[in-house]
Amino acid sequence: MAEPSLAADAKPWKNATAKPFIRIKNITKKFGEFAAVDDISLDIYKGELFCLLGGSGCGKSTLLRMLAGFETPTSGSIEIDGQDVANIAAFDRPTNMMFQAYALFPHMSVEKNVVYGLLREGVPKAEAMDRVSDMLRLVKLQDFAKRKPHQLSGGQQQRVALARSLIKQPKLLLLDEPLGALDKKLREETQFELIHIQESLGATFIVVTHDQEEAMTLSTRIGVMKDGKIVQVGEPPQIYEDPKSKYVADFIGSVNMFEGTVDVAVSDTLRIKSPEAGIDLLVAPIAGLKANQAVSIAIRPERIAVTRHKPEGAANIVEGEVEEVAYLGNLSIYRVKLASGKTLKVTKSNLLHDDVPIKWDEKVFLSWSNAAGIVLTA
Amino acid sequence: MSAFQASSPWRKTAALLARIGLTGRMLIIAVPMIWLLVFFLAPFLVVMKISVADPMIARPPYSPLFVQGPDGWSIKATIGNYAYLWEDSLYINAYWSSIKIAFFSTVLALLIGYPMSYYIARSPEPKRSLLLLLIVLPFWTSFLLRVYAWIGILKTKGVLNAMLMKIGLINEPLIIMQTDVAVYIGIVYTYLPFMILPLYANLVKLDDSLLEASADLGARPISTFFRITIPLSMPGIVAGSMLVFIPAIGEFVIPALLGGPDTLMIGKVLWTEFFSNRDWPVASAVAIAMLVLLVIPIMLLRLAQSKGADT
Repeated sequence: MAEPSLAADAKPWKNATAKPFIRIKNITKKFGEFAAVDDISLDIYKGELFCLLGGSGCGKSTLLRMLAGFETPTSGSIEIDGQDVANIAAFDRPTNMMFQAYALFPHMSVEKNVVYGLLREGVPKAEAMDRVSDMLRLVKLQDFAKRKPHQLSGGQQQRVALARSLIKQPKLLLLDEPLGALDKKLREETQFELIHIQESLGATFIVVTHDQEEAMTLSTRIGVMKDGKIVQVGEPPQIYEDPKSKYVADFIGSVNMFEGTVDVAVSDTLRIKSPEAGIDLLVAPIAGLKANQAVSIAIRPERIAVTRHKPEGAANIVEGEVEEVAYLGNLSIYRVKLASGKTLKVTKSNLLHDDVPIKWDEKVFLSWSNAAGIVLTA
Repeated sequence: MSAFQASSPWRKTAALLARIGLTGRMLIIAVPMIWLLVFFLAPFLVVMKISVADPMIARPPYSPLFVQGPDGWSIKATIGNYAYLWEDSLYINAYWSSIKIAFFSTVLALLIGYPMSYYIARSPEPKRSLLLLLIVLPFWTSFLLRVYAWIGILKTKGVLNAMLMKIGLINEPLIIMQTDVAVYIGIVYTYLPFMILPLYANLVKLDDSLLEASADLGARPISTFFRITIPLSMPGIVAGSMLVFIPAIGEFVIPALLGGPDTLMIGKVLWTEFFSNRDWPVASAVAIAMLVLLVIPIMLLRLAQSKGADT
C-alpha cells in the first residue's frame, strides 16, 4: 500500500491553488443575542490534523457541532469535500465525532458500541463484526469486546470512543477534547497514538482543545479562537514564534510582556522605549511602525539568559535579583525582579550536572538578543 | 478529650445502648421495620388467619383458629376457602379479567404517558416545572369526585356525547358508561401520573450526547429512539408500569362507579363477599390469593432486573 501523502509534509495551505477539503464561509451562530461563533471563515485541507484552540466559551465546540450537524448556523455556509452540508442532517453527514465525555452507549458492550455505526449503514453483520475486531485490535482492546463501558478505565473508554468514531472510515473526524479526561502520562502517550492513527488512515481530523500543549503536539495547524472569532491560524512553530497579538502570545506558552513606545530604527534594529523594562529594548524591525506608536514586546522565558557576570555583546541586558527558583529537573524557572519593579520569568535548561546553581536573592544579569523580542501591535 | 466525650449525655446513652447491642444504625433501620411489622405484617397475618377459618353466623363471622377442647388447645384451620376459589369459575374469571383490564390499562397509560414524559423531560426548565405541576394537580381534588366527574362526561346524555353530536360526528349517543371502556378510561386517567412521574425522572437524566452520538453514527431519529432512548428508559418503564398495574388489578371504586354489571374485577368480588355475603373467610382468601398473584411476577421481575444489572 502506498503511503498516503501527509498534509503535514505537503503543507497544502501554503499553496494558493490547493483545493480545501472543508470550506467554512462567514459562519455565525447566535444563541439569542449572544454570538457563540462570530463570522468565521476557515479552510482546512485533506489529511490535516487541525486544532481549534481556545479557552472555555470561545465557540470552538459550537463550531465543531455545526460541522457535525448538531447545530444549525445562523448564517454562513459549510462545505465538506465540495458539498454544501447546510441541508444534510447529522445522520447523513460524512463526518463522525468523538465526544468529550465519550458518550458511549452504557447498555451496549464495547463490540456493540463499535459496530453500531456499521449496522446503521446496512453493512452485513458478519462483515461488520470482522471490521470491528480489526478496529479493536488497532486500539488494543481486542480482549475487552464483551465488556460494558462502565467496566473499563478512562483510557480504555477513550479508545472505545475513538474506535467507534473511526469504524465508518469518515472523511472527517471531529474530536471534542479527546484527551481531556485522561491523566497527564496517558494523555502524552495517546497523543502520539492519535497522530499515528490519523496518518495511517489519511483521514482529516479536527480537534477541539483548550490545552495548548496538546494542540502544539498534535496539529498540522492551529486555529486560536477567542470570543467566537479565530484570532490566528498557523503551524505550531508559527503560532509560538510569531504570534500576531498579545492574546495569542500569552495564551500559547508563557511569555514576558513589556509595554513601550517606538523610538527610532538604528540601522537594522528597532529601539523601543520601555520604562517598564528600565532600558531601551532592541528588537528586530518590523514594517509599518510609526514613531511614538505604543507597542508590546513579548519575550519567551527560554530566550532570556540568566548569568552571574555581565555578558558580552548581548543586545539587551538588565540587572535583577532572583526572587524565586523552581527546580523542575530538566529545567529551572527563575523569577527575577528588575530595578523597575517588574518581575520576569526565565527558564534555564539544566544541562550540566556540576553547575553551581543560582539561588534566591542573588544578583543576576538577564540578557537576550534583538531577535528574541516579538513586537506586537494588537 | 476522653473526659469530655464520657461526660456528654449522648455518648453515655449511646454507650449504654451499645452494651445491650443497639447501635445508631440499627435504631434508624428499626423505625421502618417496626412500621412494616405493625401495619403490614400484623394485618396480613390476621387476614391470613381469617382465610383459613370457617364462616359462622356470629360476631366476628368466622370460626376461631385456636379452639379449647377437652384435651387442651388445638389449631383448627381449613384450606376449603382456597379450594372454593379454584372450584367456582367466578373467581378465576374475576382474577383473569382483572389482570386483563390492568394489563391493557398499563399499556395504554404507557403509550399515552411516554410521549408526555418525553416532552416534559425535553422542555426548558421553567416550563418543565409548570408541566409537572399540571400532572400532579388532579391529586388536589378528591379521587372519588374525579371519578364522579367522569360519569357526567361519559353518560348517554353527558358532555362527551353532546359535543360529538353537536359537531355531527355521531347521530346517536355512544354507550360508554357501564361498559369496560369506561373502566379503561377511568383507570388510565387515574393512574396516568404514576406512569408519567417515574418515566420523567428517568428521561430527564438521559444524556443528550448519547442521542447525538447515535445520529452521528448514522441512525435516524426513529432508530435512535428504539435503540437508545427506549432501552435506557427501561427502569422508568418498569417502575411506571408497576405503579399502574398493581393498584389497577385490585381497583374497586372505578369499576364500581363506571363499570356495568358485566365488568368483573376482583376488587368488586371482594367487596361483595365481604359486605353483601358477609363471608369473611372467602373474602380473605380472595385477598391473599390476589397478593400471591401479584408478588410472584414482581419477584420474577426483580430477579431479572438484578441479573440484567450484573452483566
